Amino acid sequence: MIRLATRFRRDLTCQQAVELVTDYLEGLLSRSQRRRFEEHLAGCPHCPEYLAQMRAVIALAGTITPDDLTPGMRSEFISLYRQWRAGETPGGSTST
Amino acid sequence: MLEDPDAELVRRVRAGDEDAFAALAEKYRAVMLSLAMGYVPSAAVAEEVVQDAWIGVLRGLGRFEHRSAFRTWLFRIVINRAVSAAARERRSVPVDALLPAAGASRFDPYGNWQVPPEPWADQVEDRVMAAKIAARILAAIGELPPRQREVVTLRDVQGMTSKEVCAVLDISQANQRVLLHRGRSWVRQVIESEFGGTR
Repeated sequence: MIRLATRFRRDLTCQQAVELVTDYLEGLLSRSQRRRFEEHLAGCPHCPEYLAQMRAVIALAGTITPDDLTPGMRSEFISLYRQWRAGETPGGSTST
Repeated sequence: MLEDPDAELVRRVRAGDEDAFAALAEKYRAVMLSLAMGYVPSAAVAEEVVQDAWIGVLRGLGRFEHRSAFRTWLFRIVINRAVSAAARERRSVPVDALLPAAGASRFDPYGNWQVPPEPWADQVEDRVMAAKIAARILAAIGELPPRQREVVTLRDVQGMTSKEVCAVLDISQANQRVLLHRGRSWVRQVIESEFGGTR
C-alpha cells in the first residue's frame, strides 16, 4: 500500500492530462508518460470523452473537401497559364 | 529524395499542359484560400493572394528543383504573398494567443474537472451530424490566429506530416506541436459549446 501513496502523488490530474493529448496523439510521450496518461484515462469519467472529441475534430477536419473551381475561375487560371507559356509575364499588366 | 505526390502534374505543367495547371489550381484552392485568409481581411483579397501566388509559381517554376515537395514550396509562396498583401491592407497580424487547452475555470483546485466536457463525440457516427460538425470545424479553424490556423489546416485538413508543416512554415517541431495543440483545443472547445450535451 506504500506504492499506492507514491502512485497517487505521481498521478496526472485532468488538467495535466488534457495538456498532453496532442503529444499523446502524436506519439511523442515517453513510455512512462504514456502509461501515466493511459492510467489516468482508465480511471477518469471525463477525460476519455475529451480525447474522443479531439480525435473526432481531427478526423472530421480531414473529411473537408475543397470546393471545385467554377468555370469562370478555371478560365482565369488557364489564361494566366497561357500568358506564361507565351513568354509574357503573368500579372505584369498591374504596372501598366 | 522525398516522394512528391505532385511531381507528375508539375512535370506536365512544365511541358505545357494547361489541364495539369488547372488541376493543381483546383487541388490547392481551398487550402491556399484558408492560409491567405489568416492574414488578409476579406475573401476577395484572399482570392487575389491565391492568384498572385500562382503567378509567383509560374515565374519560379524554372528554378524549382524538387528539393522540397511542390506543395511545401507552394504554401510558402502563398503565405509570403498573404503577408505582403496584409501589409498593403495595413491590417496588423494578430499575435497568437497561448491559452490553455481548456479554461482553467473548468478545473477544481486539484486539477480535476469541475465543468466536465459536454459529450458530443458519439454524434459523429450520424452522417448528417458529422457533416454539420465538420462545417463548423472548418469555420472555427478559420477563426484561429494565423499560425495556429496554418498548422491545423496543413496538418488536419490537408493531412501533411509535422515535418512538412515545419518546412512550410519554417518553425521548429516544438513550436509546431504547441500551435497544433492550441489550435485543435480551441476548435474542440467551439464544437463542444455548440454541439455538446444536446442529446
